[in-house]
Amino acid sequence: MSLMLMAVQSLNGLQLGILLFLIAAGLTLVFGVMDFINLAHGVQYMAGAYFAVTAWLLTGNFMIAVILALAASLAFGLLLQWLVFRHLMGRDHLDQVLATFGVILTLNEAARMIWGPSPLSLPIPEALSGSIVLMPGLLYPVYRIGIIAAGLAVALLLWLLIARTRVGMLVRAGATHAPIVAALGINIDRLFAMVFGFGAMLAGFAGMMAAPILAVEPSMGDNLLILAFVVIVIGGIGSVRGAFLAALIIGFVDTMGRSFATDLMKLFLSPSAANDVGPALASMLIYILMAVVLFFRPAGLFPARGT
Amino acid sequence: MSPTLKVEGLRKAYGGLVVSDGIDLEVRPGEIHALIGPNGAGKTTLVSEIAGAVTPDAGRVFLEGRDITGLPPHERARLGLARSFQITAVLPRFTVLENVTIAIQGLECRRFRFLPAPALETGWCERASAIIESVGLGRRVDTLAGSLSHGEKRMLEMAIVLARAPRLLLADEPMAGAGGEETAALVALLERLKGTVPVLLIEHDMDAVFALADRISVLVYGRIIASGTAAEIRANPEVQAAYLGSDEGLVA
Amino acid sequence: MTSTRRRAGWLPLALFVVAAAWPMIAEMSGNPFWTVLASRMLIFAIAAISLDLILGYGAMVSFGQAGAVGIGAYSVGIAASHGLNEGLIVLPLAVLASGLFSLVTGFVAVRTRGVYFIMITLAFGQMIYFTATSLSAYGGDDGLTVWSRSTIFGSGILEDERVFYAFVLILLAAVWVLARLLVASPFGKVITAARQNEARVESLGFDIFAHRLAIYTISGAIAGLAGGLLANHAEFVSPAYMNWQRSGELIVMVVLGGMGTLFGPIAGALAYLGLEHVLAGFWQHWRIILGPLLILVVLRAPGGLGSFIKTRRT
Repeated sequence: MSLMLMAVQSLNGLQLGILLFLIAAGLTLVFGVMDFINLAHGVQYMAGAYFAVTAWLLTGNFMIAVILALAASLAFGLLLQWLVFRHLMGRDHLDQVLATFGVILTLNEAARMIWGPSPLSLPIPEALSGSIVLMPGLLYPVYRIGIIAAGLAVALLLWLLIARTRVGMLVRAGATHAPIVAALGINIDRLFAMVFGFGAMLAGFAGMMAAPILAVEPSMGDNLLILAFVVIVIGGIGSVRGAFLAALIIGFVDTMGRSFATDLMKLFLSPSAANDVGPALASMLIYILMAVVLFFRPAGLFPARGT
Repeated sequence: MSPTLKVEGLRKAYGGLVVSDGIDLEVRPGEIHALIGPNGAGKTTLVSEIAGAVTPDAGRVFLEGRDITGLPPHERARLGLARSFQITAVLPRFTVLENVTIAIQGLECRRFRFLPAPALETGWCERASAIIESVGLGRRVDTLAGSLSHGEKRMLEMAIVLARAPRLLLADEPMAGAGGEETAALVALLERLKGTVPVLLIEHDMDAVFALADRISVLVYGRIIASGTAAEIRANPEVQAAYLGSDEGLVA
Repeated sequence: MTSTRRRAGWLPLALFVVAAAWPMIAEMSGNPFWTVLASRMLIFAIAAISLDLILGYGAMVSFGQAGAVGIGAYSVGIAASHGLNEGLIVLPLAVLASGLFSLVTGFVAVRTRGVYFIMITLAFGQMIYFTATSLSAYGGDDGLTVWSRSTIFGSGILEDERVFYAFVLILLAAVWVLARLLVASPFGKVITAARQNEARVESLGFDIFAHRLAIYTISGAIAGLAGGLLANHAEFVSPAYMNWQRSGELIVMVVLGGMGTLFGPIAGALAYLGLEHVLAGFWQHWRIILGPLLILVVLRAPGGLGSFIKTRRT
């Protein structure tokens, strides 16, 4: 029974990790390549979810809705880049923090005005509804397996893009040696816009994937943004590989903590005390993990920048 | 007499690039020891290793017989190691006076003082003013350091390290970018220190080096290839080869 | 510089005079709730001063200040739920708890710089937020009602809004004076110097980490005081106090008010909360005005807000 729960929670952890990776990948690239801290990245996750819901309401088809929403996320990311972010390149981090904080306030409120404050939902498509038997006695929703598969596919695609293409090479070089890339006569602005749009699309994709299992509501991106920060700080800013590994670790630790901390505490404390302490401990777990990692490796697990 | 500074077998590599390749070096009490070498020889890295800003891969550093290899920069500073920076490192938003006063504070005030200490600070200011006067910046006491001319910043840099009453001065290109008059003033200043404060002088201005240095060491590609008096160094064929191979002439 | 100082000299005094007369003004104009609103503003002004100490003087962009405020608030709230109400005990307790939290998290955060520092403080702030939401014994998500305000020597005088206001005003003035002394002290000089050139300051024999950790802890402790007062003011504590958006708002108050001035953040807190009150009264979606306004201010400031403030100060 407990073993079964463990298996289910492992899959849930994997699935959270995948979502986190999709958000963190864009964030860490944008930071690594452009030295730009974008607090509004979580808003792009929210936007992706809302676009998907709206597109589904218009078309009634999940696949078409996802494709439309992907295009919308890309366009929206490029629009934000053109309107706001490109003016913040090379500016003080404090300026970037304040301006992107302004973007968050604006867009969260805009979402509240357009779609209302109450949560919307996106139904799971017919083809992916229901559960399948993974092991005797272990049922797992098909849709969640779909998320894991889609996320892994995107991670693979991203790896191919970064490791095997010219743009990917420039992005990698930009993360470590930005001035050299600029000196090569590469159009840095275009490269930035591309990375930006792509990052926004990835975050939006995560939002779409999450929409059927989580509530689509204003500010839904905020908490995931913080988790994504924890991921890229642990993984090493600018490192996609680090982000992937850290996202899986965080997804796993967080999920496991939430489901088992209370039971674990019951080994040491009275049941009522454990019920109080367990959840609090579970929610602190990943931050403690971050603190420990940073204490020993201040630049994260895979520092992208040479010292 | 035991050396003030002793460096033993210092090694540092960045990836495949070896910047300190088993360096041995001694600065004796009261002497000005010049370290010369072509650009990229690893001079500033060596200074940083001695000051504690860069951790060497191997080797030891001794200050007055004490092993300081594992100490962080601020603790080395407290033991009397003063460093002047190659790229001027005055505090731009402090006045000239504040720049020097805080140097004295670092020397005198070891614990945190969370409230103003007027009596103490007046004393520091007086001493700072005297030092500023002595480097010829007397008229600029209340000017923000950021708005000084380049040469004046170099003089302020020296005032800051002098305020430390150093046991050893690491002077990393103190004359870099200074004009003729200022260079002369800096040379005179270092001349005055001779015999009292031992100096490890890194300098490109060969006239200044030969005028000031008691001994000279030549660093090329992370190795000391020669060490001796000015005359010995001039006569050394290996040194000549190293310098003739580059754009910089040994005799300017 | 001197002229700015002279000009700034009478402004705080004038503001404190107006602030002292405020409850009277409020009552004479028939709006006694203005006093309640103003208490809240003054409490946030204390929090803004605490942030300015690290942000304005230490150039440490902390995105977790609301966490320290929240710990102060919960200290008072939790103590009250166990029947401990004496302000002379619970307020120092709030200060201590937040200071301790900052000291411990500072050990990790203060070692880092730039973006790492921003993200780590943000993460620690959120850690406190989520911890509070899962504290089911103390209200969890819904928060915790503080049934009565802290007593002073056992007397319930703080229940009177005017007395409470005066109490907060006195504490704000004290915090402001102490913070001014702190930044002008030898310790404060090291903090401002380290922001200009770390290597230089280290080479003068100062342990920068220790200094930064100390000011980070002091800042957290003051934020804890603000939190303790906030719990008293609202007679309620909730995880919402610690939400990272609150930290963001504090940064906005400090930066727009003028960071590194101590007085500016007070003005910034009053202006921000005043604006919030007025706009929110008109339109529930007021943030849609505030957001773009903030973006424009940042984009329009030539060379960034940092340089804007630098030129103004020198």
